[in-house]
Amino acid sequence: MEALMNLMHGFGVLADPMNIVYMFVGITLGVLIGVLPGLGGANGVAILLPLTFSMSPTSAIIMLSCIYWGALFGGAITSVLFNIPGEPWSVATTFDGHPMAQQGRAGEALTAAFTSSFFGAFLAVILITFLAPVIAGFALRFGPAEFFAVQLLTFCSFVGMGKESPFKVLTAMMLGFALAAVGLDTVTGQLRMTFGTIELLRGFDFLIAVIGLFGIGEILLTMEEGLAFKGKSARINPAVVLHTWKQLPKYWITALRGSIVGCWMGITPGGATPASFMSYGLAKRFSRNGARFGTGEIEGVVAPETAAHAAGTSALLPMLTLGIPGSPTAAVLLGGLLIWGLQPGPLLFVEQKEFVWGLIASMYLGNVVGLIVVLTTVPLFASILRIPFSIIAPIIIVICAVGAYTVHNAFMDIAVMLVFGVLGYVFKKLSYPLAPLVLALVLGDMAESSFRQAMLLSQGDLAIFWSNPLVGSIVTLALAMLFWPVISLAIARLRARQGGKAAVSLK
Amino acid sequence: MSHQTNQRDRDGDAVATHRTMEIAVALLFALVAAVVMYDSNRVGNGWASDGPEAGYFPFYVGLIMFVSSCVILASNLLSRTPNTTAFVERGQFILVLKVLIPTVAFVGLIWVLGIYLAAAVFIAFFMYWLGRYPITRILPVAVLIPLALFVMFEIWFLVPLPKGPVETMLGY
Repeated sequence: MEALMNLMHGFGVLADPMNIVYMFVGITLGVLIGVLPGLGGANGVAILLPLTFSMSPTSAIIMLSCIYWGALFGGAITSVLFNIPGEPWSVATTFDGHPMAQQGRAGEALTAAFTSSFFGAFLAVILITFLAPVIAGFALRFGPAEFFAVQLLTFCSFVGMGKESPFKVLTAMMLGFALAAVGLDTVTGQLRMTFGTIELLRGFDFLIAVIGLFGIGEILLTMEEGLAFKGKSARINPAVVLHTWKQLPKYWITALRGSIVGCWMGITPGGATPASFMSYGLAKRFSRNGARFGTGEIEGVVAPETAAHAAGTSALLPMLTLGIPGSPTAAVLLGGLLIWGLQPGPLLFVEQKEFVWGLIASMYLGNVVGLIVVLTTVPLFASILRIPFSIIAPIIIVICAVGAYTVHNAFMDIAVMLVFGVLGYVFKKLSYPLAPLVLALVLGDMAESSFRQAMLLSQGDLAIFWSNPLVGSIVTLALAMLFWPVISLAIARLRARQGGKAAVSLK
Repeated sequence: MSHQTNQRDRDGDAVATHRTMEIAVALLFALVAAVVMYDSNRVGNGWASDGPEAGYFPFYVGLIMFVSSCVILASNLLSRTPNTTAFVERGQFILVLKVLIPTVAFVGLIWVLGIYLAAAVFIAFFMYWLGRYPITRILPVAVLIPLALFVMFEIWFLVPLPKGPVETMLGY
C-alpha cells in the first residue's frame, strides 16, 4: 500500500509540464539512437548525458531513462524492416519479424513488437514498484562485506553465465578494474598508474570507454561488412494496429512467460540478450505453432520482445536498490546518478524519495509515451535507415567525438575514445565480452572501497565473507558461479560415464 | 576478367589469422597486467598500519588478468586445432582503414580547427571520397550538421565545445 502512495507522489513529481516534454524528447532521441547503426542504448545515453548537466536530477534521469526506453523500442524497427538487429537483444526478433516484413506484414510485425515490448516493460515496472522498496529496506542492513559479496556475485555470474571463454571474460573484466584504478586513490591519496602524466590523473572515464567501444567499434565492424541497407517499407495505420491488437490476446501465455524470463534475467545480471533467446526458445518448444517458427509467426515476435524489454527494465531494479547495474546501459545511467551526486543504493530510497519515485512513475508514463511515439513515427525512422552509410557514418563519428569531449571538456578524451574504438573492434572479433569490461570500469571504485572497508573491519581476514549466513551464502553462490564452467563440465563427464555404463549394461 | 579474379583473390587474403591475433592480444594483456602489478607493488600492495595500501586491490586484479591471459595464450599456442581462419581479409581491412585513417585525421583537425569546422571538413571528405556524392549534396550536409550541433550545444544547452580560429574571428 505504501508503495502505491509513494507512486502517486511520484506521479505528482512528473506533473511539471517540462518533465513531460523531456520525456517526449528522450523517447524520440532514444528511438533515433536505436535505429542508427553504431549508436546503441549505452553509448547513446553516454553521449547525451552531458546535455542533462544543467537540468535538475529528476528531469535529467527522466530524459535519460526515456532515451533508454526509446532505444529499446528502436531496435525492433531495424530488426523487422532491415533484418539488422540494432541491439544484440533484437537478434531473436529478426527470426520471425523480418520474414513477416517480407510477406508484406511489416506493420503487423512492428505493432506486435512494440505492444509486446510495452507489455514486458510494464510488468517489469510493476515488479520494480513493489519489490524495490523491499529489497532496499533489506539492503539497508548491509555492511561493506555484504555489498562486496553482492558485487562479487554480479561479476562472477558473468563468468558462469557468459557464452564466451571464462578466461576471456576474466581478462576483459580485470582490464575494466585496472582502468578504474588509474588516477588518484581516494583513500590514501596516492597516484596509481599515472606514470607522471597529468592527463592520466583523471583516470579513465567509463563514458569515454562506452562511446569508443560501442560507437566507434561498431562503425568499424559495420564498415568491414560493407553494409548496404536494403529494407522493406513499413505502413502502419490504425487499421493494422487494431487488427494486430485483436490477435495478440491469444498469445498471453507466451507474453507472460517472456516477461517472467526477462524479469529474472534482468535482475540477475543475465541481461536482455540471453533473455530474448531463452524466451524465443521456450515459445518455440511449447507453442502449438512451434514448427512454423522462423517463417513469420507473430508469436515468434512476441516472445523475444517481451523478454528483452522486461529484462532491460528490471535491470534498473538492482541499480536503484543496490547500486549494481544489470546492463551496460543501466551502468551508464548509474554513472549519471553519481555525476549528480546521488549515491545509488538502498539509502536512495530514504534520502531521495522524491527522485526515486519520480523515476519509477516516469517508467510507467515513459513506456506509454514510447508506444505512442513509435507507433506514429515508424515510417519516419525507417526512412533514416535509407540514408547511405557514407553519409551517416561520419555524422555518427562526429557525434561520438562531441560526446567524448563533453564528459570532461578534454581534448585527450577524444583520442582515448578512438583507442577504445579499435579495442572494441578487436574485442568483438575475438569474442572478448564488452559488458563485464564496462561494468568493472563503472563499479571498480565501489567494489574496491567495499572490499577495503570489509578488510579493515576484519584486519585483513577473508573469513569476514563467511561471518554470517547472509554474506556467506552470497559469496558461496558467487564462487559457484565463478567455477560453474568447471562444475558443469564435471557434471557432464559424470553423466556421460554413467550413460556409458548404462549403455554397456543394456547390451 | 582474370585481372578481376586476381583482385578478388587478393581481397580474400588474410591480413592476420585468428590465432595470430589471439596470441598478440593475449600477450598485450599479459603486458598490461604486468604493468598493473608492477605499479601496485610500487605504491604498496600490502598492509600498512592504517589498513590496506593503495596497491592492495589492483595488485590482485593484475594477477588474475596475468594468469587468465597466460591461459588464453597457452591454449592458442598449444592447440592442436588452431583457428587459422582469417581475422580480417585484405579487402575488409582496407575498408576499415578507409574509416579509421580519416577519423584519426579528424581528431587531429579538431585540435587545430575546432570541432565544428573539423566536422564539416570530415563529413565533406567522407561523402566525397567514399560516397562519390556531387558537391550539391555534400555542401548542405557538411554545413548543416555542424551548425545544428553548434545551436544545440553552444546556444540551447550551454555546453562549450572546442573552437578554433574561425569561431574566434566570429566572436565566439
